Amino acid sequence: MGPGLMSGTEGPVNRARYNDPRVRGVIYQALLIAVIGALIGRGGYNAYVNMQARGIPMGFGFWNQIAGFEINLHLIPYSGVSTYGRAFWVGLLNTLLIAAICIPLATLLGFAVGVARLSPNWLSSRCALIYTNALRNTPLLLQLLFWYNAVLKSLPGPRQSLSLGDVVFLNNRGLFLPAAIPRPAATAFLAAVALACAAAVAFRVWARRRQNRTGAQAPVALVSAALLVGLPALATVAAGAPFSFESAKLSGFNLKGGVQVIPEMAALAFGLVTFTAAFIAEIVRAGVQAVPHGQVEAAAALGLHRGLATKLVIVPQAMRLIVPPLTSQYLNLIKNSSLAVFIGYPDLVQIFAGTVLNQTQAAVQVMAITMAVYLAISLGVAGALNTYNARHALKGAANV
Amino acid sequence: MTRPKEAADETRGDAAIAFAALHKWYGDFHALRNINLTVRRGERIVICGPSGSGKSTLIRCVNRLEEHQRGSIVVDGVELTNDVKRIDMVRREVGMVFQSFNLFPHLTILENCTLAPIWVRKMPKRDAEDLAMTLLTRVKIPEQASKFPGQLSGGQQQRVAIARALCMNPKIMLFDEPTSALDPEMVKEVLDTMTSLARDGMTMIVVTHEMGFARQVADRVVFMDNGEIVEINAPGPFFDNPQHERTKLFLSQILH
Amino acid sequence: MSEALAFVREASEPEEPPPTFSSGAAAWAKANLFSSVGSSLTTLAFVGLVLSALPPMIAWATTNAVWSAPDGALCRQHQDGACWAFIFAKLDYLRFGSYPISERWRVNTVEAIGGCLIVWLLSPGAPRRDWAALMFFSAYPIMAFVLLHGSAALGLPIVDTLLWGGILVSFVTAVVGIVFSLPLGVLLALGRRSKMPVVRLASVMFIEFVRGVPFITILFMANTMLPLFVPESWTPDRLLRPLVGIALFSAAYMAEEVRGGLQLLGRGQYEGAMALGLNYPLMMGLVVLPQALTMVIPGIVNNFVGLFMDTTLVSIVGATDFLEAMNNAFKDPAWSGPTIMATGYVFAGMFYFVVDYGMTRYSAFVERKLAKGRRR
Repeated sequence: MGPGLMSGTEGPVNRARYNDPRVRGVIYQALLIAVIGALIGRGGYNAYVNMQARGIPMGFGFWNQIAGFEINLHLIPYSGVSTYGRAFWVGLLNTLLIAAICIPLATLLGFAVGVARLSPNWLSSRCALIYTNALRNTPLLLQLLFWYNAVLKSLPGPRQSLSLGDVVFLNNRGLFLPAAIPRPAATAFLAAVALACAAAVAFRVWARRRQNRTGAQAPVALVSAALLVGLPALATVAAGAPFSFESAKLSGFNLKGGVQVIPEMAALAFGLVTFTAAFIAEIVRAGVQAVPHGQVEAAAALGLHRGLATKLVIVPQAMRLIVPPLTSQYLNLIKNSSLAVFIGYPDLVQIFAGTVLNQTQAAVQVMAITMAVYLAISLGVAGALNTYNARHALKGAANV
Repeated sequence: MTRPKEAADETRGDAAIAFAALHKWYGDFHALRNINLTVRRGERIVICGPSGSGKSTLIRCVNRLEEHQRGSIVVDGVELTNDVKRIDMVRREVGMVFQSFNLFPHLTILENCTLAPIWVRKMPKRDAEDLAMTLLTRVKIPEQASKFPGQLSGGQQQRVAIARALCMNPKIMLFDEPTSALDPEMVKEVLDTMTSLARDGMTMIVVTHEMGFARQVADRVVFMDNGEIVEINAPGPFFDNPQHERTKLFLSQILH
Repeated sequence: MSEALAFVREASEPEEPPPTFSSGAAAWAKANLFSSVGSSLTTLAFVGLVLSALPPMIAWATTNAVWSAPDGALCRQHQDGACWAFIFAKLDYLRFGSYPISERWRVNTVEAIGGCLIVWLLSPGAPRRDWAALMFFSAYPIMAFVLLHGSAALGLPIVDTLLWGGILVSFVTAVVGIVFSLPLGVLLALGRRSKMPVVRLASVMFIEFVRGVPFITILFMANTMLPLFVPESWTPDRLLRPLVGIALFSAAYMAEEVRGGLQLLGRGQYEGAMALGLNYPLMMGLVVLPQALTMVIPGIVNNFVGLFMDTTLVSIVGATDFLEAMNNAFKDPAWSGPTIMATGYVFAGMFYFVVDYGMTRYSAFVERKLAKGRRR
């Protein structure tokens, strides 16, 4: 296989053309191109012939044909007379929706379990370990089927729903949350929230400036929390409740009103969140433990108490180690959401590479588009990660 | 540089650190056995001994990086217990330099030095930076202030570590084998820094194998073996005329 | 207590036992469970949780469970216990699918030989493991295929892959994944590190493409597009298509593991081999690859764990793996009942967990051994 590592190395006396590594390299590459080209050419020709013979459409004309099937969760208007193209967008949005919901939740749960793993309390640490081991070593599909079949589908019917204070209902038709209907006071409330955010940021900046100038420290976290809770509360007291909540009500055989989370979505969400959280917990644990113990000792020796040492020394170093594998897990979550096809959640794969492909038989086109979407997401996230790494990598050789 | 023995009782006023009947166990292993030692203000103590003798454990007990189970340690008038406030008080007055430097790699040299003064002594940032630059100049590397630890050599990193500890204006400095992880050509620059520190009157306890440094700088040399103090003496008599059998054995092994 | 300037020890200090509460069970409990108010509260909370949740679970699995029954009637009566009778009844189907009963000895033979080879290959210190590797990656797959599929020439009746199911299919899929992913992965990794731009580009494109898309789309692609890209007369077998998908998928991930190992190795080994006059194939085969692969055995085993769990996805293209067989078994009307599904999923979970966790512990064990060897 040619030059390998040291291209251009002169061989000994033998100067025959075919022994020159550079010439060999060119020959091998030309061969490879020829072989790949032949395979693609032959395969393409076969595909053309086969598709002709079976009447499979070539080209993307199917995009504007009427789909003719219903989808039970669509963020944009869709009906049985919408096109295949529209079905694609519905599926894509559903994939992004489940990712947008699951990634923050999985991160929260994962960090919580990871911190529990690191706790000096032995029971905390063990229970977290059992959690991560159990969920990482069983197939995700099994967990999804468990949530869907064994949990959600075996819930009682709407008339015997499990309820939390008669506001949240759980039954085999899904999870029913109260719908928030904005009232006139909503604008005041939202304005108060925006104001509180701005005020918290301003306070942080002022506190940092004051510390630089005089050394005095201010309780930034406490004040920010008070602002974010207090100002909106004040607005509620002054102008009235911003939202009225309409919970689902039993009507006939079903619950009407409120926000319905279909069981497919609930099962997929529970499964993805708990599964991914187990991996994130391990990443958090590994990242924190990889910070050398000498760092903790040096911070302690300087008089920094536990909280300050964690904030100023451990967390910055641990986050550098946590972020790359963490984004990898986010990507995995997005790819794993394609398992929706097993339980019927209408995501991109289930709608487009499933139903649309079956109906149009345009396998090559459909698969190409689907894979292109996922590739775009993967490469986008990988690119963002590279930028982050380039900016935040520790400078210089590894600290001895 | 010997100093005549003080007449007054040394546990009050003049004592920087007093170990009294100190015992420490790691699990079942008896790591420190009945340590009795008083370090006076401004005194320079060098502790030496074979590995596993408990030297590092002893000085790490001073700033509570290790806990002792029996006996007492009094540092600058404060007895070390589990009381967090006392531990923080002691750590503010005691600086430590580690064998593996332990600089914070995500902060610049300047930030490494100003971190504790800003967050623990609540200094304004400008004052902290001035103080840091003064001390970095004292250890002779002011030009590295905006670099990161990974970009410095081992000897430079250790000198930064000394400056960082000095920024807290400690009364006592502990050194845990400060030159053991350095390449030979960098050992001298660190020892020179420590010597100049000693000349300025800092109370120091140094765990080291550098016997030349001990001879030149120490007021007393303490030899530890197997968790107990075996011999203490001024450096001259210690090296030229060791009394105990184990001391003689140890010295014959390291001085050749 | 007055202290002389000089001191010479007279008698050695006696070694004493540590004070109570500083070692032993009481000390451990104090440090790990009750070290602070918060910690004590947490301990109490968890103890409460365990005491309330664990006994019912244990009872469900053991004392309340139905261990033997001819059909689901008894299980429907005992709804607070597992229905292990269901598992026992369906065990054959879960192991073989619809493989003809008279030919099942062939499946057992293949699985037994495969198991022995794998154990031999993975036991540290076992003699001539390179022979095991050689056999496992060349002779064994061929023999396994002939035995399982059948061959008119050898007098073994042909068994259509449509009849294969359950653990047989999971096993075959996993083995195919391993057998193809390691050599292919090595080739791709070497290709990615090659100085020849075309080779490197082709490798990178393949690896990043496969790693950037969900596994299901690869399976769909293999299932729907493979028949289109080969001549009409070659209609690929229904089981073959997902096997192709698994082989390509795991090869790409394996390539990244191997690449990690090649990078870890360091220039010294390459230069030493070249200084000895070894050409590229010899250098790779005798010096570089053995070391690089050994160094990333933990990563490789983790890859296999993921591969084994991914075998559950082949059911989407019609292959009946263990999980799908379980799902099919649920549909048997003789065994309908509320506890059947839970029992089935728990059993399946334990099966996968035992295999996966076993592999993970093995990889941790190898990692420890390697770390000891590397610490010079």
